[in-house]
Amino acid sequence: MLKNLDKYIRPESFPTPFCTGCGHGILMGAILRAIDELELDIDRMVFVSGIGCAAWIPSPHFAADTIHTTHGRPVAFATGIKLFNPKLKVVVVSGDGDLSAIGGNHLIHAARRNINLTIICANNNIYGMTGGQLAPTTPIGARTSTTPAGSSEPPFDLCKLVLGASSSDNAYVARTTVWHTRELIKYLKKAFSVPGFSFLEVISPCYTHFGRRNKYASPAEMILDLKDSAVRTKKQEDLFTFKEKNKILIGEFSG
Amino acid sequence: MYLQGNQACVLGALKAGCRFYAGYPITPSSEIMEEMAKTLPKYPCPAEGGACPDSVGNGVFVQMEDEIGSLAAVIGAVWAGAKAMTATSGPGLALMLENIGYAVMTETPCVIVNVQRAGPSTGQATKPASGDVMSVRWGAPGDYEIIAFSPWSVQEMYEFTIKAFNLAETYRVPVFLLADEAVGHLKETVELKEDIPVIPRAGKSETPPFSNAANNLPSPMPMFGQGRKLSVTGSTHDEWGYRRTQAPEAHAVLINRFCDKIRKNAEKIVEWETYESEDAEILVVAYGFTARSALRAVRLAREKGIKAGLLRLKTLWPFPEKIFQEMTPSVKKIIVPEMNQGQLIREIQSALGGLIRCEVIPYHKTNGQVITPDEILALLTTKSTKNTKDYE
Ligand SMILES: Cc1ncc(C[n+]2csc(CCOP(=O)(O)OP(=O)(O)O)c2C)c(N)n1
Ligand SMILES: [Mg+2]
Repeated sequence: MLKNLDKYIRPESFPTPFCTGCGHGILMGAILRAIDELELDIDRMVFVSGIGCAAWIPSPHFAADTIHTTHGRPVAFATGIKLFNPKLKVVVVSGDGDLSAIGGNHLIHAARRNINLTIICANNNIYGMTGGQLAPTTPIGARTSTTPAGSSEPPFDLCKLVLGASSSDNAYVARTTVWHTRELIKYLKKAFSVPGFSFLEVISPCYTHFGRRNKYASPAEMILDLKDSAVRTKKQEDLFTFKEKNKILIGEFSG
Repeated sequence: MYLQGNQACVLGALKAGCRFYAGYPITPSSEIMEEMAKTLPKYPCPAEGGACPDSVGNGVFVQMEDEIGSLAAVIGAVWAGAKAMTATSGPGLALMLENIGYAVMTETPCVIVNVQRAGPSTGQATKPASGDVMSVRWGAPGDYEIIAFSPWSVQEMYEFTIKAFNLAETYRVPVFLLADEAVGHLKETVELKEDIPVIPRAGKSETPPFSNAANNLPSPMPMFGQGRKLSVTGSTHDEWGYRRTQAPEAHAVLINRFCDKIRKNAEKIVEWETYESEDAEILVVAYGFTARSALRAVRLAREKGIKAGLLRLKTLWPFPEKIFQEMTPSVKKIIVPEMNQGQLIREIQSALGGLIRCEVIPYHKTNGQVITPDEILALLTTKSTKNTKDYE
């Protein structure tokens, strides 16, 4: 069913800055649908983002309090907001580079503190905004503008990283993709609802910078590839044993 | 009350309404953090006068994972309604710079205490210096103005902290308490004056959050959670916080406003005092701990019949150019002792401009020790016209 989500969007923020084939717009719609279905009061939410294409999902699109911070630091800003006013629902939306490279330290410490934040990481396996450089999430072999011969560095598994840093068995840690939209909305609703720390990694393709360099014929092919490469699990252990090449393990790993 | 400078700073902050502290330990500022850890969680937020309407009731303390996160958390808490501060020293200041620029760009009122130690880098962690005078002014990239106080006593660690919060609130800028190890760790008697006015966080307003009200003053600081749908960004923005990263006029308006709100109100911000200056022929210009030694030296020189005077700067930024432009003609020589290799002296020289009727003599000391009255007295009594003096 089509819902009118206009009330959650600043009209002046269109046209969207996202490129053709970018997954960030799908994630944006899913976040608003989850808020709508949960009937959350968006005026009592604060959306905190870093710097990057993903950081533009809430800022300036969302008609809510948004704070677009410095590169890598949204989790630390969010920590201050949440600690001083725990009655606000504080949601971080940012990219894989922002949250796990320059901001990796804040991410693991927020997980350790088990602070009641929802962190949504739009993972496109690359630095989209700055022109497609290597990210800590770029798969081995993938070409980027700074790994023209293919990356030789092993990537982070962000869910594993956060789970390892988390101090709570109840922290919500999950991963899905923008192809799996129903599941995405379901996971977002869960992430917004759990009492403690929640981390949701959303695989969101960047055709412009990743796809074109890595032999995807079209944005559509890249999105469909998410469907084919996703492997679903219900077991946390799988996160630590999963070794299948070019596949993405999705599911709820904790909480 | 008999207190250490760093403790007095905490009491000043609490009096000013500070209810959020985020920091990372670093000598010689750590006592501020430890005292905050003890006090803040038991310290109630005022029911009215600006504290967040939803606040849990007490102040909040958090030890962050580094200084980058510390200032980030402070800025976040301020947007959630807190009056907030952090404290650090040189290496921590270096890590805070990006978010200092962010606080400037988003007009976030906050207080940053820098208890200076001898740098660069780790330097001498327990020794005093005034090496960060220029770092606090120019450290973050881009064009902007900030405010910095330079306390010389434990009393001023208390009073200037309160003033720092007030000016942060009025001008919506980060305000520095640029102390040094000697003042931070000094112990002396303080009068915890109650009658110092405190400027509260403004209530809810409908004015554009990133614009000027009257008199080059920014509109009241808004807060999250009130349905205002605030858009806060470190990118160039218009008066509603909407990004304008391609529009030349938007950037010009913003930067001019940041600079003008301080420059055009400078006379209301700057503070200084003089001793024995009416007929002075030699004027010592000093700030922070060094001014204590300078005062003693001036008094000793007067006993010897030398017409010496002291100009003590209580605020360093914005720089009080006017005092120098309007200086009495009796002054023939200015001596500028600094615990650095000559930082503020550049401002003095530039303020004097064409007025080359008096000599400006630097005295640098960068060995991690304070400048003594005897060293300054020697400069006041010497007939030498040698233009540079260095402690060796
Ligand atoms: C301190 C700092 N370093 C570097 C940059 C440049 N920069 C902007 S966005 C970005 C990478 C963003 O990548 P990611 O977080 O993955 O977001 P995406 O654009 O891919 O969605 C970088 C390196 C910056 N803004 N600030
Ligand atoms: Mg990315």
